[in-house]
Amino acid sequence: MGLEKTGILGAGSPAFLTTRLDFVVNWARRNSLWPMPFGTACCAIEMMASAASNFDLARFGMERMSFSPRQADVLICAGRVPYKLAPVLRRIWDQMMQPKWCVSMGACASSGGVFDAYSMVQGIDTIVPVDVYIPGCPPRPEGLIYGLMMVQEKIRGESLADHAELRAEDPLAVGRPRADDEEVADLTGPFGNSTHQNRVSGLVETDAIARAEDRLP
Amino acid sequence: MTAETSSAGPFSGFDLVASGPDIARESSTEAPAPDRVPPGNPSVTALREQFPDAVIRNEIHAGDEDVVYVAPGRAREILEWLHDDPDQHYDHLADVTAVDHGGGRPLEVVYQLWSIPHRAALRVKCELPLDALEIDSVTPVWAGANWLEREVYDLFGITFAGHPDPRRILMPENYAEGHPLRKDFPLRGRFSRAEQTRRALTQDPEDYYAPGEIADRTPQVVEPAAAEASEAEGAG
Repeated sequence: MGLEKTGILGAGSPAFLTTRLDFVVNWARRNSLWPMPFGTACCAIEMMASAASNFDLARFGMERMSFSPRQADVLICAGRVPYKLAPVLRRIWDQMMQPKWCVSMGACASSGGVFDAYSMVQGIDTIVPVDVYIPGCPPRPEGLIYGLMMVQEKIRGESLADHAELRAEDPLAVGRPRADDEEVADLTGPFGNSTHQNRVSGLVETDAIARAEDRLP
Repeated sequence: MTAETSSAGPFSGFDLVASGPDIARESSTEAPAPDRVPPGNPSVTALREQFPDAVIRNEIHAGDEDVVYVAPGRAREILEWLHDDPDQHYDHLADVTAVDHGGGRPLEVVYQLWSIPHRAALRVKCELPLDALEIDSVTPVWAGANWLEREVYDLFGITFAGHPDPRRILMPENYAEGHPLRKDFPLRGRFSRAEQTRRALTQDPEDYYAPGEIADRTPQVVEPAAAEASEAEGAG
């Protein structure tokens, strides 16, 4: 009778059955996360070390690196992503099935890092939604493992009742930036004028001497 | 006693070096070094004789690196001669690149040549004024220049006349901000980050990695008849 009122998944307040079902489903999900490795740079070396025997990601349920996005649960973007690779990353994310999570590993994936240049995506959160950011250049394997355990903690708090809200994704947004223009501009702002323009371009007036032969005698 | 025999033996040269700077100074006063002739590449002289009006100047960098500046209009002809002439025989094109010195100065196209039989390196440079950034392609001479010239076009905006495949190679095909390695190019690009992100995501990766493009390249196939003939020659 209680089931008839609230529905088996508890459309309103979480019912007894919903919470127990959540516990079981989340337990299964968080202990069998299959990572989709998207390694583009030195962070990928640390990611390989994490999967190797010394650190052994398999202890936490990441038993198998899934090189097919259709069989993966968590996207680990390890390394810098140039704009030319951005549609590839976006397509891999779009090909992954729900539920899915994303880990941005390292400074370059999270913010562009030192590569505040014309060719580099300034943080993959402008392309795909990110659940956990791991700082470091590159992060040690312990850092990656800690980040993945944070994903596990996040899954522990999820509920099937708000699945539609948590996992909503607009099918028309496939292949488009995740954020609107203002948010992208906010996320990708330069760290200071020193990296904003180069001096030789003449577009920025500075007192710095760009070339040796321009020095006064 | 063992020390004496060893110093007189095959290790005497080692002892000479190990005994300090006195001996070296002494030997240098005894036999003063001859006037150092720069170890110039004979190809430079040959180039000046063969193309007296096209060779603009030559320099020696870092002691032994010969650099020849030639007129851009005749670069293709000169490089082809360097490739074909048996006395030069620069059969390996190590690199094609370009330098932008900024400040409105001309762009330099740099050809780094290496002759495998003569074991000689030569650097040929062409200065292109900013309003005439075009030079003849050397891809017909060295097939390896294909991607190198595409890279120079992509990053510096120098067009190579007669190139078989004049596309961008590193930047996306729909890149509209110019040529990034030019000195007048702003470090973060010309568009806003939002515009760059949007443009990046509207491109289609299959445009660049199309299977058809790979299939068009016919692999090198040895004709069965020719292979049998060469085997018969080897057996005979």
